[in-house]
Amino acid sequence: MNADARDRLLGVASPVALFAIWEIAARMHAIDTHFFPAPSSIAGTFGTMIGDGTLLSNTLTTLGRLGLGILAGGVPALLIGLAMGLYRPVYALVDPLISATYPIPKSAILPLILLVFGLGEASKIAMVAIGMFFPVVINTAAGVRQINPMYFDVGRNFGARGWAVFRTIAFPGALPVIMTGIKLGVGLGLILIAIAEMVGAQSGLGFLIWNAWQILQVNVMYVGLITIAVIGFVLTVLLNEIERLLIPARTRR
Amino acid sequence: MPAKIAFEHVEKRFALRDGEHVALGGLTFDVAAGEFFVIVGPSGCGKTTLLRIAAGLEEPTAGRVTIARGDGDRPENAMVFQGESIFPWMTVRDNAAYGLKMRGASKRHIDDVVGHYLDRTGLQAFADAYPHQLSGGMKQRVSIARAFACDPEVLLMDEPFSALDEQNRTLLQEELLRIWDETKKTVVFITHSVDEAVTLGDRIMIMSSDRGRPKAFVDVPFPRPRSVLDLRATPEYGRLFHDIWAELRDEIRFPTAPAAS
Repeated sequence: MNADARDRLLGVASPVALFAIWEIAARMHAIDTHFFPAPSSIAGTFGTMIGDGTLLSNTLTTLGRLGLGILAGGVPALLIGLAMGLYRPVYALVDPLISATYPIPKSAILPLILLVFGLGEASKIAMVAIGMFFPVVINTAAGVRQINPMYFDVGRNFGARGWAVFRTIAFPGALPVIMTGIKLGVGLGLILIAIAEMVGAQSGLGFLIWNAWQILQVNVMYVGLITIAVIGFVLTVLLNEIERLLIPARTRR
Repeated sequence: MPAKIAFEHVEKRFALRDGEHVALGGLTFDVAAGEFFVIVGPSGCGKTTLLRIAAGLEEPTAGRVTIARGDGDRPENAMVFQGESIFPWMTVRDNAAYGLKMRGASKRHIDDVVGHYLDRTGLQAFADAYPHQLSGGMKQRVSIARAFACDPEVLLMDEPFSALDEQNRTLLQEELLRIWDETKKTVVFITHSVDEAVTLGDRIMIMSSDRGRPKAFVDVPFPRPRSVLDLRATPEYGRLFHDIWAELRDEIRFPTAPAAS
């Protein structure tokens, strides 16, 4: 067996072993099954929740909010970041605002967001948007500023003006750094949507987890946690794949 | 021959903390239509600044550069930059087509012209490759193809081969001469290599390191088309090389400090 195959096998072996030990410990009542129900019983709850549609509907609700929030935060962040990277006055104007607001823990803004946007959908989307906005705007501006100035001279010399400079130089030149910002932002968005749904929602995976705690349905809580973990994993794989398609090998970082 | 490019009292000064640096001290000269004009000078003599002014990438402090327009809707100039100037995020084909695309040329026209210059530069097999897959010489060929493809009034070349090794440089000089012979474009070519200047040019301007002034103009009498290797084997080549070196040597030995005021 070569080293790669062995590593893959070991990578699968550790979670399998963990679940096996967990299952055995739960059945022998070596651990408190109120807090740590056996994996098999969680799997049963999984099946029930898939069957009655509650898992799917809550997952779709969360994904919808996440998607809208990513767009609502990401698109302005990209445009503002490009403008900041290209035009020094814009950078000088906007950077202090970003530097001042960036360190505020995003979860601490939730009460304010609830106040402004109410308990409906808008507040959930806004939380994701805030999480997405900062890493994307900061990375986009930094990404444009690190582009070799010669490329902008080339653009000017060959007649690129205005939007063409964005499209052919600033954006593709900054794309590797922008992608890093997008990955960070999506990760942060997932954290924030879970928090937002716990406090002010009647649907979604965050609500599912919080509600399960309140009525002590520990199995349901685990189902919610595992589903969020899977969403995070799938999004990471998806973004890595998009990155691979968009960026020629050498310019990737 | 009529003047294609007129440099009139071109001056460039940079403000320094403790005074002023005169990069170009008022240059006046013409480049004829179809001429291969080479500017040779020590580093820091302002030759790149002069070319950037001609390209419209920098404003002169005083004076002006005018490029005579022919018929047709051509770009005024296209530049071959020093070092790696092709976009790493575009394929060879897209890089070579860049100028035409920015000018909104039709897809068919772009395909024809870019195809032609990729052929002439031996890049056809690499058309869909990305720059990181190419050697330094190949990248500079892309840059040359990009400049020729948009069919400018004049070509401006800023030490395009200075980063290449000796063998590649000779090869690219030969290829450049071959492509240039087909188009007879007006070229302003900058180099610090006397060899390169004598090999390529019709006329050479030797620049002084003393506040960017022309020191001498030298006509290169060799007929065209030229073969780089045969040319270098002739005694006339050696004599011209020697004369230009003699002019330049003083400039390199006794550089003038930036003027302080």
